Amino acid sequence: MSESGAGAHAVIMEASPFGLQSKKLVIWLFIASDAITFGALLFGYSYLRLGSLDWSYPFEGSSILNGFIMTVILLTSSLTMLAAVMAAKRDNKGQCLRWIGFTILLGTIFAVLHLREWFHMFGEGWALYKNPLGGSPIFAAGFFGITGLHLLHVISGVIALSILAIRYNNGALDKTYVETTGLYWHFVDLVWMFVFPIVYLMNAAVR
Amino acid sequence: MHDAQPAVHHHTAPEGFIRKYVFSVDHKVIGLQYYGLALVAVFVGMVLSWLMRLHLGWATLAIPGLHLLSSAGAPGNVMTPEYYLSLMTMHGTIMVFFVLTNAPLAGFGNYFLPIQVGAADMAFPRMNMMSFWVTFTAFIVLMLSFFVGDGPPLSGWTAYATLSSVGGASGPGEATGQTFWAISIALFCIGQLLGSLNFISTTLDLRTKGMTLARLPLSTWAWFVTSCIGLLAFADLLPACILLILDRSFGTSFFNPAGMVLNGEVAKYSGGSPLLWQHLFWFFGHPEVYIAIIPAFGIVSHILAASARKPLLGGTRVLIGCMIALAFLSYVVWGHHMFLSGLNPFSAILFSVPTLIITIPATIAVLMWIGTVYGARLRFNTACLFCLGFISVFVSGGISGFFLAQPSIDIYLHATYFVVAHFHFVMAVAAIFGIFAGTYFWMPKMIGRMMNETLGKWHFWLTFVGVYCIFMPMHYLGLAGNVRRYAAFTDNFLVPLIPVHKFITIAALFTGAAQFIFLFNLFYTRFWGPKAPDNPWEATSLEWSTTSPPPFDNFGGRQMVVNHGAYEYGVEGPKDYIMQTDPVKVAGD
Amino acid sequence: MGKAFGAVVSIIALVSAYFIVVHRWWLPVDISTTGPLIDHQFNETMVEAGILFIAAQLILGLFCWQYGDKPGRRVKEFPGGPKPVVAFGVIIVGLEILALSLVGSKAWAAIYMTPAPSDAIHIDVQAEQFAFFFRYPGPDGKFGKIHPELMNDGNGDYFGIDPMNDVAARDDIMVGTLTIPVNKPILLTLHSKDMIHDFYVPELRIQQDILPGLEIPIHFTATKVGRYEIACTQLCGLGHYEMRAFLEVLPQDKFDEWLKEQSGD
Repeated sequence: MSESGAGAHAVIMEASPFGLQSKKLVIWLFIASDAITFGALLFGYSYLRLGSLDWSYPFEGSSILNGFIMTVILLTSSLTMLAAVMAAKRDNKGQCLRWIGFTILLGTIFAVLHLREWFHMFGEGWALYKNPLGGSPIFAAGFFGITGLHLLHVISGVIALSILAIRYNNGALDKTYVETTGLYWHFVDLVWMFVFPIVYLMNAAVR
Repeated sequence: MHDAQPAVHHHTAPEGFIRKYVFSVDHKVIGLQYYGLALVAVFVGMVLSWLMRLHLGWATLAIPGLHLLSSAGAPGNVMTPEYYLSLMTMHGTIMVFFVLTNAPLAGFGNYFLPIQVGAADMAFPRMNMMSFWVTFTAFIVLMLSFFVGDGPPLSGWTAYATLSSVGGASGPGEATGQTFWAISIALFCIGQLLGSLNFISTTLDLRTKGMTLARLPLSTWAWFVTSCIGLLAFADLLPACILLILDRSFGTSFFNPAGMVLNGEVAKYSGGSPLLWQHLFWFFGHPEVYIAIIPAFGIVSHILAASARKPLLGGTRVLIGCMIALAFLSYVVWGHHMFLSGLNPFSAILFSVPTLIITIPATIAVLMWIGTVYGARLRFNTACLFCLGFISVFVSGGISGFFLAQPSIDIYLHATYFVVAHFHFVMAVAAIFGIFAGTYFWMPKMIGRMMNETLGKWHFWLTFVGVYCIFMPMHYLGLAGNVRRYAAFTDNFLVPLIPVHKFITIAALFTGAAQFIFLFNLFYTRFWGPKAPDNPWEATSLEWSTTSPPPFDNFGGRQMVVNHGAYEYGVEGPKDYIMQTDPVKVAGD
Repeated sequence: MGKAFGAVVSIIALVSAYFIVVHRWWLPVDISTTGPLIDHQFNETMVEAGILFIAAQLILGLFCWQYGDKPGRRVKEFPGGPKPVVAFGVIIVGLEILALSLVGSKAWAAIYMTPAPSDAIHIDVQAEQFAFFFRYPGPDGKFGKIHPELMNDGNGDYFGIDPMNDVAARDDIMVGTLTIPVNKPILLTLHSKDMIHDFYVPELRIQQDILPGLEIPIHFTATKVGRYEIACTQLCGLGHYEMRAFLEVLPQDKFDEWLKEQSGD
């Protein structure tokens, strides 16, 4: 039997077919639609790249290393988020909040490293519409567009986690919200696991 | 009947005009808000179609007052070719998005889905309210394009690059108007996504005791399946619109190739492909047309059973199967809009196969409906007539699809009025008939008053004959090669067809006038209609187990318990139907 | 009401079909070698679609006529239930689909998946807002290179060729009417300099979108002398409705004359 989400009390209902509460189901549905959004962008990027005659391969060792570090940070943040969810399940609020704190920290570091790289590229003449190496401007537009959308998701996630931490602490939100926010965070990490190889590794400067 | 349901706690009704009727979280109010928005939109869209048709029949006609709408677009009240295209773009955009996606899905779905599953409201009422206001904002932004810059865009509702992606260089309305269009549609996507989340979670999670998935009415199944389609389809249109905005305003080249010469200068774009827009758009666009029609499938099936006084042929299983099959297949056929677009010719064969296969579930649905009419005891009220009319027009529209699905025939018929006939029959006529049927059936429940049957029947007959007079001749025009999206017909082979266009225009104006009967009926009913009983149609689903209109929490605090499927009509005994909430053994068994 | 509906829907169906059967508005006479394949496919489809259309509307009408709310009559299920009906739908429609796809793919492949004959006359087509231009390679048989930055409608350089520096471009012939000899294969290469346009000649049963950034080949052979219209069918802006050119199919000797005249200029 599941709880009604609309404020009525003690209404007897049919069990949800997936045994999922509405909140969790909705996060999964949102993830499905967001996956299509990222998928559409990655499809477009790949489509144009395959048709390109003047692609660029600008990422030197330092950029790839930076990317790897960012990847490790994001993966670690998923682990800390997992720890937070497990702590919440055990009703260990203090531990949970600590792990959420680590996740926020790691997410912020990711965003900072990302922005640092962006500004470095701007300094070299890159822009949304400009490729200073003279190659396809789609490289630039695709790179900033896709990583930008991902960064937006990371920053939103950090904000969401911060709000979650505050309100879980004062009891306004219960532990199910930790789980649903965690799901979103894992999704953001998963998207990066596609973005990093396609947008970074495949454009590494080949010697 | 009602006493068998145990009482549960109340929750409080909203107070104050703003919380009750404007920023309401009540799904019924939100449903009516969506319906009202669709009603405004359809009248705007219809007036645009009259203006278009007048111009097509009489290209030099001065239409009184037109210069007030746009002095540049209609100097001396005579429509310019570019303004024709702008009006056409707005007509398509308004109708497809703000009418056909709004009314049958967001309008009726919001109102009736929670009631039909036996819930007190949607799973996320506040998100529901947000989804309406986002959609409303999207409509306002779209309407603003009439009044900004040099008017609305002229690239059609399909907004193909590069016409739409290079800004003002491609024509009037392409500077500011197209940007407003893209923002409006992006907002619309967000509104729809939020709505889908609610519909899906409510259907799966908030069904009352005894309401198994198999016992859900077909209208609910249709809203559920449609929301699943929409969740993924709109998620693809949103980035497409954003990329379009980036190309137009931020100098990117997602859709613009190198070497274009605009206004005598080589444009600085490079690396993009207009085909990418088409792929992204139609990957959304084809599922979108199923989003427009599947709710009508559900609504018509729902009403047909009640009107025929017998269960649907195949029960709910076959029609649910058809809807799910259509939903899946809708995602693999988008390339049939692109047979001649410059794709590898082999892809045309690849896309045409599933396009032809999609005919099968659609045909089976039609056969189930016709088979339901066999042996029925039809009550020919207005709602029923629109359902029967739906079957007829959906057949007409579907049959022309047979031609267009074959690439070899599409070579000739692509971009002719044959295509215009096809999509107007299945969308403008069939889906609208579904909306009309739903209105006549459910208005008594929604506003507590019966609509006038005489006016309803006049509305039906004039509309039914009228739409055939408008859209059947368009097939013939297509066969003669009449190209579409032409503001006027000056080619030698088109001039002899102008008399047919004049006939269509006159039919369109008459049919449009007939819609005022409907509008008047709505207005009259609201204020002077006779009070509606709880169950005027002797129907079975949960909406008929409560008052007309329902109380704020749908069932007055009662726990609804469901013991029967949704279409138990034609049973033996003094009452020929069993309501879903009737006890397991009905008195008299 | 049921009888009225039955009658009206039947009348509508029969009147609609009447105009098709008498070919009141119909395809123009085909003048291409691949046209008969398409027309055959079209006529097959029309017969099958027509039968389904009439049958569905008349049966719907009949049932509405018969099955009103007569007191005392009991409702009855369709004989055999849903299974035979579903089977009919799957089998009949399925067979029709298979037949149409298999046969139809031949017509499609004949035009789009068959290379142009080696003796085809090459003609370049430039589509722009709002006109078509055609280019012949001239006596040297070679086209000059296209330079977008040199395109200038004002001085007639529609294709952006550079006769000063490009030898092959010097004898290119540019005209506004597509002039071809009858019964000779023609290979067009379609270019666009701005929007997506479309090259459509109903009598040839040929239609192809023209995309900026792509060079799209299409070939055909015209079988009847005459003057035909080429219409743009892809929305390209405000002048879309009047964007047209003419296809002039000449007897071989007249065409040779014409070509010599053009080369002489």
